[in-house]
Amino acid sequence: MEDTQIRSNKVEIKIWKDFFTYLKPYKKQFLKLTGFMVALGILDSTFPILSKFAVDSFIEKGSLEGLSIFIVIYFIAVVALSLIIYLFIKYAGRLETSMAHDIRRIGFIRLQELPLAYYDNKAVGWLMARMTSDITRLSETISWGLVDLSWGMTMMTGVTIYMFILNPRLALITLSVIPALAIVCVYFQKKILLAQRDVRKINSQITGAYNEDIQGAKTTKTLGREKLNLDEFSVLTTSLKTNAIRATILSSIFLPLVIGLGSIGTALAISFGGNYVLEGIITYGTLVAFISYTAQFFEPVRQMAVIFAEIQGAQASAERVFSLLKEEPSIKDSEEVIKMYGDIFNQKKENWPEIHGKVQFKDVSFYYNPDEPVLANFSIDVNPGETIALVGETGSGKSTIVNLFCRFYEPVKGEILIDDKNYKDLPINWIHDNLGYVLQAPHLFSGTIRDNIRYGKLDATDEEIIDACKLVDAHKFIIELENGYDTQVGEGGNLLSTGQKQLVSFARAVVRNPRLFVLDEATSSIDTETEKIIQDAISKVLTGRTSFVIAHRLSTIRNADRILVIQHGKIIEDGTHKELIKKRGYYYSLYSNQFIDEKSKYILG
Amino acid sequence: MKEFKKILPFSKGYKLMYLFGMLAIIVAQLFNTLGPLIISSTIDSVIGDVEFRSSIIKSIFDLFGGRDYLKANLWLIGILIVINTAFRGVFLYLKSYLSVKAAEEMSMKIRNKLYDHIQKLPYSFHVKSDTGDLIQRCTSDVETIKKFLGVQLVEVAGSVFMLVFIVWIMFSLNITMGVISVALIPLIFAFAYIFFKRVQRDFKEADEAEAKLSTTLQENLTGIRVVKAFAREKYELDKFDVKNMNYRDLVNKLILNLAMYWSISDLISLSQVGIVIVAGTILVVSGNLTLGILVAFISYVNMIIWPVRQMGRTLTDMGKATISINRIDEILATPIEVLVENGQEPEIEGNIQFENVVFAYDDEKPVLKNISFSVSKGQTLAIIGSTGSGKSSLVHLLPRLYEYTNGSIKIDGIELNTIDKKWIRHNVGLVLQEPFLYAKSIKENIRLTDPKKPDPTVYRAAKTASIHDDIESFDKKYETMVGERGVSLSGGQKQRMAIARTIISETPIVIFDDSLSAVDTETDVQIRKALEKRRDKSTTIIISHRISTVSEADIILVMDKGKIIQRGTHKELIATDGLYKRVYEIQTSLDDDLEAI
Repeated sequence: MEDTQIRSNKVEIKIWKDFFTYLKPYKKQFLKLTGFMVALGILDSTFPILSKFAVDSFIEKGSLEGLSIFIVIYFIAVVALSLIIYLFIKYAGRLETSMAHDIRRIGFIRLQELPLAYYDNKAVGWLMARMTSDITRLSETISWGLVDLSWGMTMMTGVTIYMFILNPRLALITLSVIPALAIVCVYFQKKILLAQRDVRKINSQITGAYNEDIQGAKTTKTLGREKLNLDEFSVLTTSLKTNAIRATILSSIFLPLVIGLGSIGTALAISFGGNYVLEGIITYGTLVAFISYTAQFFEPVRQMAVIFAEIQGAQASAERVFSLLKEEPSIKDSEEVIKMYGDIFNQKKENWPEIHGKVQFKDVSFYYNPDEPVLANFSIDVNPGETIALVGETGSGKSTIVNLFCRFYEPVKGEILIDDKNYKDLPINWIHDNLGYVLQAPHLFSGTIRDNIRYGKLDATDEEIIDACKLVDAHKFIIELENGYDTQVGEGGNLLSTGQKQLVSFARAVVRNPRLFVLDEATSSIDTETEKIIQDAISKVLTGRTSFVIAHRLSTIRNADRILVIQHGKIIEDGTHKELIKKRGYYYSLYSNQFIDEKSKYILG
Repeated sequence: MKEFKKILPFSKGYKLMYLFGMLAIIVAQLFNTLGPLIISSTIDSVIGDVEFRSSIIKSIFDLFGGRDYLKANLWLIGILIVINTAFRGVFLYLKSYLSVKAAEEMSMKIRNKLYDHIQKLPYSFHVKSDTGDLIQRCTSDVETIKKFLGVQLVEVAGSVFMLVFIVWIMFSLNITMGVISVALIPLIFAFAYIFFKRVQRDFKEADEAEAKLSTTLQENLTGIRVVKAFAREKYELDKFDVKNMNYRDLVNKLILNLAMYWSISDLISLSQVGIVIVAGTILVVSGNLTLGILVAFISYVNMIIWPVRQMGRTLTDMGKATISINRIDEILATPIEVLVENGQEPEIEGNIQFENVVFAYDDEKPVLKNISFSVSKGQTLAIIGSTGSGKSSLVHLLPRLYEYTNGSIKIDGIELNTIDKKWIRHNVGLVLQEPFLYAKSIKENIRLTDPKKPDPTVYRAAKTASIHDDIESFDKKYETMVGERGVSLSGGQKQRMAIARTIISETPIVIFDDSLSAVDTETDVQIRKALEKRRDKSTTIIISHRISTVSEADIILVMDKGKIIQRGTHKELIATDGLYKRVYEIQTSLDDDLEAI
């Protein structure tokens, strides 16, 4: 999906115009940098004039008078040049990094504001690419592109002016190569860029293939598919090779071509300039200056072509980054709410009301697409402290109910009241601040176990953390670890077992002492031992809090105050375990099947 | 340098090509150094009236009609310059083409070899391999080697030759000027080399900071649900800010260093040029040098400065190639499974006989102890038991994913470890509990072992595995892509896909290693009924924890701690006290449980 607009060949002004609003804070830096580059261009184009001066005033005249002044001037120019080089690299670098930093920050803030629904259909890799390589590319192209552009323009102008001052006719003759040079440069740079892009694309396919090679190795073995796999992979590597060689051929034709065109300039300078010297029209010094100019002027032309090609390449990046920055959160606090209670980064918690835990869904409907309602006129009343178990098939709407309750989604119709107040009249974070949340696939952050539990309550004391762990029976396994609470959990918590991760995520939720609780229960196969521990932890955690549980374990279901069986976004059965068993309906058969499965696993160990 | 011996085998067939690439760069540099000589001789001896100093140049100029003719027709010199550059261009082209082609061909071989090697590494390797690290080696390390061979080595060689040619020409033109012209060159080189060596740490630091920034971002995005549920947006922003600023500051520091480097390096380089101009001017004025030669010297100095600087940088970079070679060699040095052996390739019917089979992973305690049983062609064997009872290990022995330590396994009376591994794997279909699906279409995933299987066969297999209706409900049906770029399948759907792609091959032995665990009870029944129809075609082994799944089997084995503790038919087993009966009696306990309400 990301390659859709990549091939657009025109520079689209609109994208860049939009983008310039984001560049306003850097206006001063832009100007400064442009100034340096103009100065550099002027200096660079002046050096051959110095050589000319040396030839004409000393060599031609055969005297060394004034040589010391020449030396001083030359070295002042050298020092000035070095200084400007230092400054422009420093400022361009600063522009690049601060721009990348700032845009990344805006992007990150935007990502935190966007509701979960935004993430539902986006792969993490897709967002990562925008936030990392696209932003890097963009700030790089803009800052260094500016450097090359202003230098190249000045240099070309400078060289042209000097040449015309020295001798307009010879200037016209030698500069006649420029148009051809420009055409060749633009043509090839574009082709080279496209070829390189193809190579990158195949490269990422190859990385994907290696990924399958490694992760699918067991499957490959059992199916005996080694030869077919290698054949398919060879197709990829062959195509990478062909494309890489094609890209190389392009650039290895391009460079000699540019050098060749440059040498035509030199040839013109020497054949015409030589005659002018013989005829006494120009001095030897002028001839020498022209020869060095012809060797110099293809560089700025090539640079400009590079920028042109790169801006086209960066355009796709700009578009992608920009669409992220412009994305409007579909769930956000109203002006009044922000005024009263603060926004997510500056909360005015002193104004937040306390939560008791009464929850009501009033005729709530939810859908992504009106033809396929996920929930239709859904209503429930939950008393403070009640546990509601939601049971039903995948896609029945259980998760949507929980997401609505957490205000990850908002109802399309109807309203949700918490303590008799419509939750839209309070900040989004108000609910989250009072919520304990445990996911079926627990996600931990890299850091220590202690850090992870403290995530639930940033100012929790060590005692509070230990108490929370004791409550959910996590304390035992933690102190058995070599570093106890300071054990690193690794990226995503992967250094811990699934059961251990689950317990830590329980402790993280409990340490908040929340009024509301959501538990999305795991179906995954945890060993019987952990299973038992978690069961105990769950009942302790849910007591006294208003909770919604997407339940799979019989013990959780059975202990809930109310069980709702959800099918196609509607409640088909509603009652306690006893009541529903007596009904001999959906719940009854679900329970029977589950009972046998769970028990046999238990007996078999 | 001994590292490079390790990649020598991959260069087979391309050594000569690479050598010609090297040769081409030398020739190109020869033409390159000729350019300033032509110009200087033109200024001195055609436009001016100094005698030709070099006989080569004189004979070239004579070829174009001699001095006086050229003086009247200066455009011929122009042509000479262009021809010279054209020759240089052709050889430059040849250099890049030949060296890059050789490097690309070699790295393609390395890539393919790595791919093949990895898939042939033993099963036990893949149980504990680190995907990220392996991929890194296969991609960026190969890239480093390719860059070294295709670009860096040739570039350095070219620079060295150019330096040698130019210094030689300069010294033969004028020794005093020659010495003056290279006075600061060692300094320029040393400065570049030392600087890039030292700044490598900064590069690494910046890279690491970038990696940390990415990780923080990645963790935030994968855990966004937790972030939101815990109202930790501000906390996350603060965390991100630290990483973001740290990265920015480190890159800034690096750039500042680079700014310092380029500015000082330019200062020295331009001073070198300045020294040449001033000294040359003095020499010309005093009559010890001609103007043309001075112009040549200025050109030559300019020509060597850039490559010398670049060389300092490249040389520090080249060290990475040896590290990369070692990292790749580590993979290739891990022994692969011996797949091609001179084992037997008998026609397999499906009679299986285990006799006192013992199996242990490496030198650990045995996980299978004295296992004996036999199954005849067309029968169904079911194994029930706890996690870690050895049931999975047992079935992994049949396709020879592991070798049994003791005892004997016979297939149709032939000892299993004398049968060719590839052959046996083509005859034993094993469905894993957590199957891997490839990023291909559903159809391609089902006919994975034979892409030529016709569509109806694919549909039949899908129907047998009860996945056909699910597939039909997808937008693109059988053409739907699986994986990140397509539909994500549920655990049960994945298992059924795996069943379909295994039974499509109609192997004489089929094993289901708890591969119905994520499938609901009704579908489980459907699949088994469908499989029942193929009964005469294959011997079936089913591992499960569901009594209903195993109850109809001809033989049921109950395993615990590596041993068979009970065996028999369902009828026999429920009549005997034991684990099987206890599991069976859950049904009764359910009735009790429901009764109690």
